[in-house]
Amino acid sequence: MTTMQDTRRRLVCNFSRVQSVFDDCLAHAQMKLSDAGVDAYVDGAQVICKMGRGEEPVLVFLEEMPLVAAQVGEEIIAEVVEFTRKLARTPNSKAIPPFLQSLAAAARHLESHQLFREYLQLVWQTMERTSPKVHGIDSMYTSECLPDFLKSAPFLLGQLSLGGLKNWVDYGIKGYPNDPERQRDYFLLQSADSRAVLQRERHGTLLTDHERQLDLYLRGLWSNEAVFLPYSLAFDQLRKPAPYLDDNGIHLPDVYDDFPPSPTCGKISGINRYRALLAHVSAHRRWTSPIMADNFSPFQRISIEVFEDSRVEWLAMQEYPGLREQWQALHPMPQEVEHEEGVSYIRHRLAMLSRALLDPGHGYTHPSILKYVTQFNALMAAGNTDTKAMIDLGIHFISESRLRSDSSAKVYFDDTEIDYRDDNRLMWRFFEDGDEEVYEARPRKAQPEEQGDEAKMPPRLYPEWDYLAQHYNPDWVSLYEHLHPGGDAAYIDQLLAKHSALAKKLKKIIDMLKPQQKVRVRYQEEGSELDLDVAIRSLIDFKSGAQPDSRINMSHKNDGRSIAVSLLLDLSASLGDVPEGCTQSKLELSQEAVSLLAWAVEQMGDPFAIGGFHSDTRHEVRYLHFKGYKEQWGDEVKARLAAMDAGFSTRMGAALRHAGHYLGHQQADKKLLLVLTDGEPADIDSQDPRHLIEDAKIAVRELDQQGIYTYCINLDPKADAYVADIFGKHYAVIDNIQRLPERLPQLFMALTK
Amino acid sequence: MSQQFEINQYRINDEPYYQEQANEVSLYEAAYAARLPVMLKGPTGCGKSRFVEHMAWRLGKPLITVACNEDMTASDLVGRYLLDANGTRWLDGPLTLAARHGAICYLDEIVEARQDTTVVIHPLTDHRRTLPLDKKGELVAAHSDFQLVISYNPGYQSLMKDLKQSTKQRFAAMEFDYPSAVLESAIVCKETGIDAGTASRLVKIGEVARNLKGHGLDEGISTRLLVYAATLINGGIAPRDACRMALVRPITDDKDIRDTLDHAIDAVFV
Repeated sequence: MTTMQDTRRRLVCNFSRVQSVFDDCLAHAQMKLSDAGVDAYVDGAQVICKMGRGEEPVLVFLEEMPLVAAQVGEEIIAEVVEFTRKLARTPNSKAIPPFLQSLAAAARHLESHQLFREYLQLVWQTMERTSPKVHGIDSMYTSECLPDFLKSAPFLLGQLSLGGLKNWVDYGIKGYPNDPERQRDYFLLQSADSRAVLQRERHGTLLTDHERQLDLYLRGLWSNEAVFLPYSLAFDQLRKPAPYLDDNGIHLPDVYDDFPPSPTCGKISGINRYRALLAHVSAHRRWTSPIMADNFSPFQRISIEVFEDSRVEWLAMQEYPGLREQWQALHPMPQEVEHEEGVSYIRHRLAMLSRALLDPGHGYTHPSILKYVTQFNALMAAGNTDTKAMIDLGIHFISESRLRSDSSAKVYFDDTEIDYRDDNRLMWRFFEDGDEEVYEARPRKAQPEEQGDEAKMPPRLYPEWDYLAQHYNPDWVSLYEHLHPGGDAAYIDQLLAKHSALAKKLKKIIDMLKPQQKVRVRYQEEGSELDLDVAIRSLIDFKSGAQPDSRINMSHKNDGRSIAVSLLLDLSASLGDVPEGCTQSKLELSQEAVSLLAWAVEQMGDPFAIGGFHSDTRHEVRYLHFKGYKEQWGDEVKARLAAMDAGFSTRMGAALRHAGHYLGHQQADKKLLLVLTDGEPADIDSQDPRHLIEDAKIAVRELDQQGIYTYCINLDPKADAYVADIFGKHYAVIDNIQRLPERLPQLFMALTK
Repeated sequence: MSQQFEINQYRINDEPYYQEQANEVSLYEAAYAARLPVMLKGPTGCGKSRFVEHMAWRLGKPLITVACNEDMTASDLVGRYLLDANGTRWLDGPLTLAARHGAICYLDEIVEARQDTTVVIHPLTDHRRTLPLDKKGELVAAHSDFQLVISYNPGYQSLMKDLKQSTKQRFAAMEFDYPSAVLESAIVCKETGIDAGTASRLVKIGEVARNLKGHGLDEGISTRLLVYAATLINGGIAPRDACRMALVRPITDDKDIRDTLDHAIDAVFV
């Protein structure tokens, strides 16, 4: 056994604060570690002391290391010391204290030696990748983000797995390569992107992924509906928000981890925790009627709340007995404890009462609790209870079980938080100043009219594919929808009149393509009807001794056509150009072509929508509706087409996703998305020319998975370089743009024949 | 004589169980007394076919049921020529049989048949009460006991699956729906002999699914499926498994709905 004196001799260190805490730290280490471990620990402290980076690293090391080593193994001490030494040789030595401080949290969450080593590697990579480089060579500049990252790391490790943390770091590094200030915000968890990525990488059951299921749950089991308003538990450390119900909807956590298994029940999955919460809230909505709060003291109120919570749960369990198991598993099981002087046990007593009301096998011996549980059960069994009946129980329970210590400032909190219950704010009505008089409200000034309803629509957020990082940037693009403003419909009629010869030609093709409802199929062995002509011929054959044809029936088959078509127009600035050798701009030619196509499709009777898009950075992609699926090809649509205009850039991916969103909701066997564009996807906030091309490619692939056939008609003679990357083989490049009005309807018909 | 034998096989000898929900039995009897064609509307599995069987038994008339489908043609109803060694031979279709012999002809799920097919019933459903067999060159006058009953499910949200106005306006209509919870559990008990507690729990699950209609479910769980579930439970299957098998898996492939219904089963059966 090494004595304390022996090891003491080996820590030569002149910092007085280190000397003053060393004894305590050593005693702590000796409790946690083996002899060899303690030796390594003291040696390590010595090395860090001699690095000459001040006393702080030594203090942190002495304090944190025993816990870390006890958690992931003692050999880690040497590795940490080695890592610290390496770090001290880089310009990033000021990151050493936060690094050492993050280790305890890392050890606690990662638990294994292997994962802990990966964490060390991650820290090193983060440092290397965030250090500014000059000519590709590691320079003498400090990484500004590393200390920030290390400060956030303990929190992040609590929320994410190590893999999730790696993705999060990766995103931060790639997202802001030239913007150190915003990168720092990212690593300090202060930017919206950073939180969004954190949410995406989180473990547990995310509300957003399960909203429909919960909606169905409310509708199915409780025949009601509600808006879900998520709040985050991740950022409020001091006061955790509790679920509640108000006029806007049900406020609930944005994510639930699985609930650890209890002795009575296996683990409760995140989705079932949501369901337990909704069941409780729904029971309140069904059976709780608000009561006046002002006559009760706070203690009386929380006591009445406990009885009311239990009452609605009791009623709910009559209908769905299976709820008992889940609620019991989620409800804390406070043990009867010895009461300390000067501590208020009011919460504890009420939590015990609540448990006893829910769980018949509670086993408590507290006389008041037993008495009131019996009273409660008798009352409930008698039937016809209401919220008012709980007032008596609540008030009497609190006065009967009252202790002098109840109003102490120090409250016993262990096992008293019932997190599936809401805060009962709708149960109370408060009498407030002004309630007795009703003032005539002064007529409010009329709000200035906005441009139109569609102008107020919130943006729809779409992800965008980042091909370098191989992941989606969540909610990256804001897309605003508008109805295209109208112009002069007569202009389109003129265009159509100009192409009347072409229209006649198209009409012929259309008549041939038009679906014939019933087609007779003859010469069938088995069919719906006897085909008399064939039958008689057969009979004659038979009578004359020849082998008769047995295919004497006929049947009918439907020759229906079920195609929904969406035409997506690229309205970017380049559309206004007049191509070489043409007298008309691409815009005019597009108008002619689209009018002809719309006319042709109308003749065919297929549901057909026309939309246009252009973009001005990722924050504003505009999607303009020209024609809806059910809309007639009439003057209004023509007027919108006539007013078509060109401007801004081409961010194609979001527009494709949006058009696909509408097309996906159409009921048709075949869905066709035609894209008419004159150039590659590009936007002014995207420097990398591949980026938007890759995103559009992924968007096309997504559409394909939804059963939507995407086809591109490109007016750019040099389009071959990129268009095949995006659309595969589904494209046509129209070199002779003047023939566009003729080619577009023909292409459509060829595609849908 | 052989024809007499033929029609007797369509008679119903034992009483089919039917639980009356309101006054539908007396309404039907009045319609039959006047030989008015009757249309029964209602969701699938709520007891329309059982009701017709019950009424046929009650009135002592044979019942000829035709399950309609898309491929059904007019000649499937009226009859057709068949070829045999001596030439062609006419075979009456179910509608003609019923009209000749005075049976109740029940066209189940009539909207499944094509609209041009359903037109052949028109002359039988107004004052003429005749059925022309144009291929055979015969005009069949309906027997005085003959009555036509059709059923359809207005829940189909499809433009294609609807009756022509000219067809609709030839019928007196009765609307059916799933019975109330109390009646429905009585029905499940009676049909299967299961205990009342289990029956009412099954009905509770049925209600959950019916609340979801239109939100991913085209139809709620029918009384028929509840009876299936109870039958499985009677056969010794654990209630939760029986419900999953008989109530949930048949009606949906949607994972969210399946999970919700599974959860409802766990909440109802402890």
